[in-house]
Amino acid sequence: MGELKKYNAGSYDVIVIGAGHAGCEAALASARMGMKTLMLTMNLDSLADMPCNPNIGGTGKGHLVREIDALGGEMAINIDKSCIQSRMLNTSKGPAVHSLRVQADKKKYHTEMKKVIEDQANLDLVQGEVIDIVVEKDEVKGVLTRTGAFYDGKAVILATGTYLKGKIFIGEVNYESGPGGYSPSKLLSDSLKRLGIELRRFKTGSPARVHRDSIDFSKMDIQPGDEEVVPFSFMNMDQDFKIDQVPCYLTYTTPETKEIIMRNLNRSPLYSGEVEGVGPRYCPSIEDKIVRFPDKEKHQVFIEPEGLNTKEMYVQGVSSSLPEEVQKELYRSIIGLEDVKFMRSAYAIEYDCIDPTILKRSLEHMHIKNLFFAGQINGSSGYEEAAAQGLIAGINAVLNIRGDEPFILDRSEAYIGVLIDDLVTKGTNEPYRMMTARSEYRLTLRQDNADLRLTEKGYKIGLVTEERYQKTMKKKEMIEKELERLKSVVVTPNKEINDFLDSLGSVPIKTAHSLYDLIKRPEITYESLRDIDPERQSLPKEIRIQVEIQIKYEGYIKKQLAQIEQFKKLERKKLPIDLDYSSIKGLSNEAVQKLNKIKPDSVGQASRISGVSPADINVLLIYLEQKRREKKENKND
Amino acid sequence: MSDTIAAISTSIGEAGIGIVRMSGRESIEIANKIFRGKNVEDLKDAENRKLTYGHIVDPEDDQIVDEVLIACLREPYTYTRENMVEIYCHGGVVAVKKILELALNHGARLAEPGEFTKRAFLNGRLDLAQSEAVIDVIRAKTDKSLQVSLNQLEGSLSAKVKDIMGILLEMLAHINATIDFSEDDLEDLDYEALEKKGLQVENQIKKLLDTADRGKILRDGLNTVILGKPNVGKSSLLNAILRENRAIVTNIPGTTRDIIEEFINIDGIPLKIVDTAGIRETENLVEKIGVDRAREMVNKADLIIAVFDISKPLTEEDHEIIELIKDKDAIILLNKTDLPSHFDANHLKDLLPDKKIINTSIKNNLGVYELEEEIKNMFYSGQLDIESDVVVTNLRHKNQLVKALKNIEDSLEAIRLNLPLDCIEVDVKSCWENLGEISGDTISEDILDKIFSEFCIGK
Repeated sequence: MGELKKYNAGSYDVIVIGAGHAGCEAALASARMGMKTLMLTMNLDSLADMPCNPNIGGTGKGHLVREIDALGGEMAINIDKSCIQSRMLNTSKGPAVHSLRVQADKKKYHTEMKKVIEDQANLDLVQGEVIDIVVEKDEVKGVLTRTGAFYDGKAVILATGTYLKGKIFIGEVNYESGPGGYSPSKLLSDSLKRLGIELRRFKTGSPARVHRDSIDFSKMDIQPGDEEVVPFSFMNMDQDFKIDQVPCYLTYTTPETKEIIMRNLNRSPLYSGEVEGVGPRYCPSIEDKIVRFPDKEKHQVFIEPEGLNTKEMYVQGVSSSLPEEVQKELYRSIIGLEDVKFMRSAYAIEYDCIDPTILKRSLEHMHIKNLFFAGQINGSSGYEEAAAQGLIAGINAVLNIRGDEPFILDRSEAYIGVLIDDLVTKGTNEPYRMMTARSEYRLTLRQDNADLRLTEKGYKIGLVTEERYQKTMKKKEMIEKELERLKSVVVTPNKEINDFLDSLGSVPIKTAHSLYDLIKRPEITYESLRDIDPERQSLPKEIRIQVEIQIKYEGYIKKQLAQIEQFKKLERKKLPIDLDYSSIKGLSNEAVQKLNKIKPDSVGQASRISGVSPADINVLLIYLEQKRREKKENKND
Repeated sequence: MSDTIAAISTSIGEAGIGIVRMSGRESIEIANKIFRGKNVEDLKDAENRKLTYGHIVDPEDDQIVDEVLIACLREPYTYTRENMVEIYCHGGVVAVKKILELALNHGARLAEPGEFTKRAFLNGRLDLAQSEAVIDVIRAKTDKSLQVSLNQLEGSLSAKVKDIMGILLEMLAHINATIDFSEDDLEDLDYEALEKKGLQVENQIKKLLDTADRGKILRDGLNTVILGKPNVGKSSLLNAILRENRAIVTNIPGTTRDIIEEFINIDGIPLKIVDTAGIRETENLVEKIGVDRAREMVNKADLIIAVFDISKPLTEEDHEIIELIKDKDAIILLNKTDLPSHFDANHLKDLLPDKKIINTSIKNNLGVYELEEEIKNMFYSGQLDIESDVVVTNLRHKNQLVKALKNIEDSLEAIRLNLPLDCIEVDVKSCWENLGEISGDTISEDILDKIFSEFCIGK
């Protein structure tokens, strides 16, 4: 191969590398905020591809999707267009953990997103493989593609997913590949290394896709969607949102499954040590589950459609890196899959990613100006986690170019804040997945109030449209009005009221009560008081839900707000990013090392770094106090 | 923190050996100026952490102050992670004070209370619980309380707290697993099992808290107030107790000039006697300091010794005192049994039916022994086995436990009301965090690790 002949292919404000879920949100945010944006992908057909599970949302992840939507992102709107089954999970477990999880028609999701991208002003979508990031004097200048095109860019966002040096493992067989049979990106990793960025290997896996007609559904439990469907996007909420739903199916592994796996364990590259990448604990292969929990007799298997126009079915729960022939044998031991026909085999995939602690909370590289990272390259997993990071990286690339302060959501404001803070502060030893347990303030960070929490912020930075903003403001007003009204409607203890309460299984009242107070009782709902609330106007469901949650959980929400106030105190104590921690006396060696590596932007962030002890935090506080006093003295001089 | 601090680190007047301690960059240099070694010329050459024999000499007049052993401890492997010097001299007030003075005159400054520990803490040498225990060691008034402090230093409180946190972690892991992995076929979380675990936590926190009051007493001394009208024998009583037990530590001025606190030690029980003797015997205590102050003083007291003069009938002032102490832990002394009685003891018994009454003639030292026995009886009565028990001796720890107790009680209430899991979790987690602040480790990764190790998760 001769020397690559380069040519100038154009000049952009923001260049996004990758067109997955992170790339799409990043590019759309940037273009919508008025930046001339270029989106490069190795294959236009893989735009907004879902190479693994055919669903969006779930616990924690659903929260992220709602937050992306509240900030003016695209994921929720796009899944509402392509959803083929919808379920609200955890409805019995409290409002904070209700989670919307829907099945996607994968092709439709891709097509709809591609349309949006193609129609977006300020945004060019181009197929091309980036092989080099050009950086001068610690500032990004542009990118070079394999075909010699040099694109000049003020900011570059890397959203390369699992493509970097991707390698697929199926039993003893392994080969270089991106996910789903797409080509891997083999040259970009080296460019990153030349920039001094260390890479590591993570792995993940995907189960087989099988032919619908080869499945005996009569032996399985049918899993229909919810009767009443809720859209993901707040923009679709007041509309009559309806979808045609298709069912999923639940079945189980058998003792034979276990026996087959145990007999063939030595042929798994995960156990032979050939795979060096670290896999996620929450997404184990079937062989992992059987080895780690030998007492469990059967494991769940969900059969889920990949779309309406295909007979490929996704076999959730049976990801595996065993050889293809063993896979087929073990799949056929699952109830209802006795005659199953494989269309795509299960595989494990290993890829390069960065240690996200080299990033600021804006997702910009700590030392290379205007170079941003988002999605699985940061060590996360999941479409939703990727999209959330893409959105934030896109926004901050724009703000950087504008010379504005970065847009940072903290842990008390959004799951997005938890996600990014965890990644850049603690790093991760496995592909990072969002879970509600990761949030300290779960009761206030609900999926139902993401718009109330975030839309105003999105509006301020110019990403949220006027329409969305007004909608949220109106919603806020209606909720507050109704809450006030319920406080003012008072019932007195008489037979009629107490009989009514008795019919709801509630104890009689002895003094006057407002309806607001009555709703606080566990057995009473907002709806159930309709009969004694004649002045009530009919309100949209989303308003009624908010009103009920805000009343019922007022006590708990207040508790959390108090905790958040505490938390914010340390978040407000800012640490300069260029601070050399070895110059601060009193810090433990470990703390100095960690703090110099992570460069937290506040004492709050510092307190979450493992190895930084409460004593170290006291030292930092004392240090800041000293600096403050010095400054004061200098002023007085 | 670059300066060098010095302090006397043994109680004055108690021990056979006194120790003067310095910490800071210049400790060894300063020690060099006032030390003449027998075999070692320059302390810079002294072996690390080994005792060197010699004399402390006042360089001004070359007078020998005391014969000492001196140890140079070099950073960072010292208590404070700074250079330290420890000078072991003869006990008693004179030698230690003079040596301290010399150190201060040659570059050190007097350490603030607890400053060595603060440095150790700020230099990352101690975790929160340990450092507070060390502060308690510094403040410990008696041997027995010292033992409790040492126990805590060894981490027995931390260990106990970690046990409780273990139960909470199980609860949290189970709650969160069912929330975050609702589609995995995990066993449904049954509220009864959750309540059972919650009750275990509640009980154990209560047990720890029960020890807290005794723990506080061990550290600060039993807050004891002697009450009585003028000339009833309060001063004689205090003197009698002091004579037998020797006042230790020092006089600390009270909140008014008229009230003085004395620390004494009755067989290992430290007493902080709030001494109203400063109020002239001719003055009415209640009148002098006001009813509110008197009541406040009484309310703060762990123990009241009320003295009545049986040679005179009950006066209005006696009744004021009876009213004040009615609901308090109090011992009644009927004093002046050497004089003819003009006193209706039965009437007093009716007014204060549950109080122990001791007849005394303090002047003749009669009844003082019984009083001391009763004090011991009331507060230990064999319940407190200091050697083996974990005792909460620190106010911050107690406050954390109180918060933790409130939170677990709230969560139990929520469980009984059948509230949703996400609400229950808030209080369980707060409880866990309250306890984590005692031992200094609350890391949320623990919950995830527990989930993944105990539940088969992942679709």
